[in-house]
Amino acid sequence: MSTEVQSANLIKAPAEPLFSNKNIRVLKDPLGDNNPVTVQVLGICSALAVTTQVMPSLIMAGSVIFVVAFSNLIISIIRKGIPTRIRMIVQLVVVATLVTLVDQVLKAYVYEVSKKLSVFVGLIITNCIVMGRLEAFAMQKKPWASFLDGIGNGAGYGLVLIFVGVIRELFGSGSLLGYKIVPQWAYDMGYVNNGLMMLPPAALFLIGIYIWIQRSLNKSLVNVS
Amino acid sequence: MLEYINLFIKAVFIENMIFAFFLGMCSFLAVSKSIKTAFGLGIAVIFVNVITAPFNYLVLSLLLEKGSLAWISPSLAEIDLTFLAFILFISVIAGTVQLVEMIVEKFLPALYNSLGIFLPLITVNCAILGSSLFMQERAYNLPETIVFAGGSGVGFFLAIVALAAIRERLTYSNVPDPLKGLGLAMLITGLMGMAFLSFAGIQL
Repeated sequence: MSTEVQSANLIKAPAEPLFSNKNIRVLKDPLGDNNPVTVQVLGICSALAVTTQVMPSLIMAGSVIFVVAFSNLIISIIRKGIPTRIRMIVQLVVVATLVTLVDQVLKAYVYEVSKKLSVFVGLIITNCIVMGRLEAFAMQKKPWASFLDGIGNGAGYGLVLIFVGVIRELFGSGSLLGYKIVPQWAYDMGYVNNGLMMLPPAALFLIGIYIWIQRSLNKSLVNVS
Repeated sequence: MLEYINLFIKAVFIENMIFAFFLGMCSFLAVSKSIKTAFGLGIAVIFVNVITAPFNYLVLSLLLEKGSLAWISPSLAEIDLTFLAFILFISVIAGTVQLVEMIVEKFLPALYNSLGIFLPLITVNCAILGSSLFMQERAYNLPETIVFAGGSGVGFFLAIVALAAIRERLTYSNVPDPLKGLGLAMLITGLMGMAFLSFAGIQL
């Protein structure tokens, strides 16, 4: 069903190339100046607790990209048939279905990481990025542009997640992706891992500093929220 | 009785939704600019949380868990539908919020006027779905679920009102421009989180 509608839409609008400048911008903006986490203030909820290491951050980023991209695509395809009053429930059901898929796949193939992520995979459903992009973009735009917007925003979110994950794992446990980075002689000479990095507040400090740096470099972002 | 009090205190302070799990951060940061609105949202979260978590517990134990369909017919006892939990939980939450909104509008107009705009927002508040998911993961029973839901709601309420109070004060201080607003709110939440970490050593 969905593939039929999708191909019909593609045939109807052949004028615009798949990677026109406008579409590239839709894809790239969320990585920097329109980043969902640091500029739009979306999706801080379910993610910060998973960034103590790089591996869960990567998996979380991948899951969110998948969910945002495909929920954007599906909602955009059926957007004209959704009654406004109950659109919230329709959106949530679509998102919840995709998240269930992701959760089952993670449980089947990377059980260890899935255990570590615990409830946070399920919480992608209420991740504000997903709902925010559905409301702000997918309800008005064509499926292909919505799909790109989803990938862009998921990636912008992943970028922040991985930035935080790398710093926390490197300074908190001296390793990256589980490999030891800080050599043994450094510990012998008295180097100590920073315990604060493993605790929840560290993620907030790091994102606060990320926002500070980003807004110092780009003055137009000051006072957006 | 004592164990319920312990569970409540644990949910409010030690495992605070905001400071230990970052659940509900979006509305936490967006609605904490004045104490009055923060107060309204906090009350609404407690309210909805106490209703939805036990509801979801019933859905889980009567429909989804392995063997739970046996009350319909013994032949269904082998069916395990827990993979549908996400979809049903969020539908229950969305439905309940809609229902609560209508009931409150009809019978308690004063409360509706103060909560009004926050109720729809709550559907996508991670703290609500989070309570239900923790309830499932930690296998609480019904009274425990109610106490835990109340506790985590109160924890959210405390956190958002405290942050709003701090942010109201901060409007008078001289902060570097790029740090104003979101950046500073993040750093403050981190500091508050560190204060709440001191509860972590308490054994109940």
